[in-house]
Amino acid sequence: MKRIFTPASLFVLLALLLAACVAPTPVATEAAPSASPAAPRTLTVMSHDSFNVSEEVIAQFEQANNVKVAFLEAGDTGAALNKAILAKDAPLADVFFGVDNTFLSRALEAGIFEPYNSPLLAEIPAEFRLDPQNRALPVDYGDVCINYHKAWFAQKGLPVPTSLDDLLKPEYKGLLVVENPATSSPGLAFLLATIAKYGDPGYLDYWKALRENGVVVVDGWETAYYTNFSASSGKGPQPMVVSYATSPAAEVIFAAEPLTEAPTASIFDGCFRQIEFVGILKGTPNRDLAEKFVDLMLSVPFQEDIPLQMFVYPVNPAAKLPEDFVKYAQTAPNPATLPPEQIAANREKWIEAWTQTVLR
Amino acid sequence: MKRLLPALLFLGAFFFLPLARILALGLNPGFLGLLRGSFGAHLLEVLRFTLFQAFVSTVLTLLVGLPLAAVFARYRFPFQSALRTLTAIPFLLPTVVVAAGFNALLGPRGWLNVALNQLGLPPVTFVGTLAAILTAHVFYNTGIVIRIVGAAWSALDPRLEQAARSLGAASFQVFWRVTLPLLRPAILTAGLLVFLFDFTSYGVILMLGGPRFATLEVEIYLQAMHLLNLPAASVLALTQLACTLGLSVLYSRSLNRLSAPVKPVERPRERPQTLRQRAFVFLVSTFVLFFFLLPMLALPLRSVARLEPARGQRSEIAPSLTLDYYRELFVNRRGSVFYVPPITAARNSLAYASLTVLFSLAMGFPAALALSRSNKIARLIDPLLILPLGASAVTLGLGYIVTFNRPLLSLSPAFHSLLSTPLLTSPLLVPLAHTTIALPFVIRNLQSALATIPPRYREAAAVLGATPWQVWWHIDRPMIARAIVSSGAFAFTVSLGEFGAASLLARPEYPTLPTAIFRFLSQPGSLNYGQAMAMATLLMLLTGFFIWLIERGRAANAL
Repeated sequence: MKRIFTPASLFVLLALLLAACVAPTPVATEAAPSASPAAPRTLTVMSHDSFNVSEEVIAQFEQANNVKVAFLEAGDTGAALNKAILAKDAPLADVFFGVDNTFLSRALEAGIFEPYNSPLLAEIPAEFRLDPQNRALPVDYGDVCINYHKAWFAQKGLPVPTSLDDLLKPEYKGLLVVENPATSSPGLAFLLATIAKYGDPGYLDYWKALRENGVVVVDGWETAYYTNFSASSGKGPQPMVVSYATSPAAEVIFAAEPLTEAPTASIFDGCFRQIEFVGILKGTPNRDLAEKFVDLMLSVPFQEDIPLQMFVYPVNPAAKLPEDFVKYAQTAPNPATLPPEQIAANREKWIEAWTQTVLR
Repeated sequence: MKRLLPALLFLGAFFFLPLARILALGLNPGFLGLLRGSFGAHLLEVLRFTLFQAFVSTVLTLLVGLPLAAVFARYRFPFQSALRTLTAIPFLLPTVVVAAGFNALLGPRGWLNVALNQLGLPPVTFVGTLAAILTAHVFYNTGIVIRIVGAAWSALDPRLEQAARSLGAASFQVFWRVTLPLLRPAILTAGLLVFLFDFTSYGVILMLGGPRFATLEVEIYLQAMHLLNLPAASVLALTQLACTLGLSVLYSRSLNRLSAPVKPVERPRERPQTLRQRAFVFLVSTFVLFFFLLPMLALPLRSVARLEPARGQRSEIAPSLTLDYYRELFVNRRGSVFYVPPITAARNSLAYASLTVLFSLAMGFPAALALSRSNKIARLIDPLLILPLGASAVTLGLGYIVTFNRPLLSLSPAFHSLLSTPLLTSPLLVPLAHTTIALPFVIRNLQSALATIPPRYREAAAVLGATPWQVWWHIDRPMIARAIVSSGAFAFTVSLGEFGAASLLARPEYPTLPTAIFRFLSQPGSLNYGQAMAMATLLMLLTGFFIWLIERGRAANAL
């Protein structure tokens, strides 16, 4: 027994381990564009964790272009974008999807995208096209709103709050969970909604009062919705959550037993409209494929796939919405917006002030 | 000197250069402006909380650890060595495993809340509170107090206490007037070390504390990875570095003072005699059993238990045993967090850890050889080797980000292809960071093993005609083989569980086990939660195996 772990045998063991653990297949962004048609090239699409698309849509694209599409999900919207920015000298992927209007300026200032004047942009309404140079192309939009658990309020006999001001009332103490705007994009959107409504610095007074009324803060949407929210599978303690106006539709469509009515609904005061963009990462060796993929994302088949996969609205008006989606999903009547340049100039300052007011 | 070169060059490139970049970023003219603005107040606030939680954690750890140290040092009782080992294990466990363990026990989906839910009682909020942070810190560091204070306690001359007692002092007075003052240096030393570890706490704060709490470490990560404010992160890293270096100096001073105790004796441990002593020993060992074993048991059990329906599945399900969470690790789901099967994270971690062992032994062994042969060089080089110990893993990760996000050299076109790709995007960066962390330890460990070989053995062999290589093969190698194994196993364990640097550096498509567990834990939904538990269990078992290897090496060295 004593001789088992001699250094020699340790090195043999290590060599074996190494051999067994050869580094996993690297992302083949380096694949030469001139590869023979027999060997499919790989196109890497980097995105945030909530990205989703039907297998068929991608399979069709892969077949038509002799390409394999690899998806790299790199964290929440902000974290994924930051990873792309930090690695911009040697891009991690060819295409980046998922930068939204709250982070758009950060991506554009960092210069991670190459402009691409997709022919499909002509079909997209001007209100969504926030980057005149077309480095970031709009794909979808949706409204961040507070969702509430209908049954919970009915059972307690509590009226549902109808405005942001209502949330400060003592009967709603500790009933709302929000996301940290420093680490979550719906969290940031909701913060911007309060700034749009109460102004700067009025929003801080609002948040101070909300804090006194026991607002719960978690790091990300997933935790807020699936652990803290009482209407989700986590059966958490809070009956109100900052989520999307389309989440009630998801509750119906994903329900195990058929439902005729959504178990949750949205409060339309304090909603913020998020638009998500796609861009071609600067320096990609697969520019041709990247262009095709961006075109795909703006085209009707992909746009029609978006609602039931990511629960947001397609920006292309030619895309038909699924029946269940039309029935249960909503957009806010008057979502708050802030000019992109104002967001760009103040985002970090607002987040820091919010952190001081609500978390510390 | 030649032998030292690889290690010194390595530390130069992968420790001192990143450190210099952080200094340049943090101390540029913008620095004062940053401090005068609202960021200065923010930094003070973070520093205040970091000190506060470290202080409270240390006090609590001492309060829990002192009675335990007393019991282990003074009494003999059943299962003593097993319980003692139990208290030492947490210190070596990766933070993600500890966080996952407490989550499995007390988290929103943990055993306690599952039980409360069954009984129709309201759930207990543990994760996301200060209590969770403090509990985990006590869990982590009590072993240190037991080891340091226990050693001093068992070396106390019992006659001093006996004399006090025969002069009429009550047992409380004996403790307060005689035992405690004699133990003070040991308590101070243990307290400083615990404080140092709590001060640099990262994974625990991030995973058990939630967004409300940020230590300097966590704030560096937030500023760098979420707010992309690298100068602010650098200022925080420098503050952190100054504090840890100060604490390290205090610690090594008190450690030196500790090594000159009042006439050490081997104090025999006795069986508890009076009823009070027996009750005390019983209470303490029961506490040890529950406090240290429960989180470590809750984790593997939770990884094979299905207690709730999958996401979107609304119907109730019968609780059952399942291996699904382990099976799911091998499945590559396009819509899942990674576009590789999660088990790839385990393969990456093993590959990184193997590389770390190779790098740190390849550079550490020659360096240790050189240091053990010449005291003058050793004295010169020592501080260079100590400094990397003071830098936290997150600081190191930040240093790599600000250093290697651009090509290292772009001078000669001949080297263009080799050096023009920024290292930041290379998967090698993680094992390089881990080597930087492990190398000083490996050199120390090998150096002390080499120092124990009497030079006469080598001289005798040489006189008898052995070539230098034969001398090495027949004299040095067998005597330090164990040290090599334990150093290698140490480097392996460090790399396997390291979370701070990896959380900043691991590329999304090359997750390591700890970063994957963190991702799964922060993406609730019962399948992700189950997978987090399964991976944490795997990591715990792997770590356990290598700790066992280290202990084997240590036991043999002691002989």
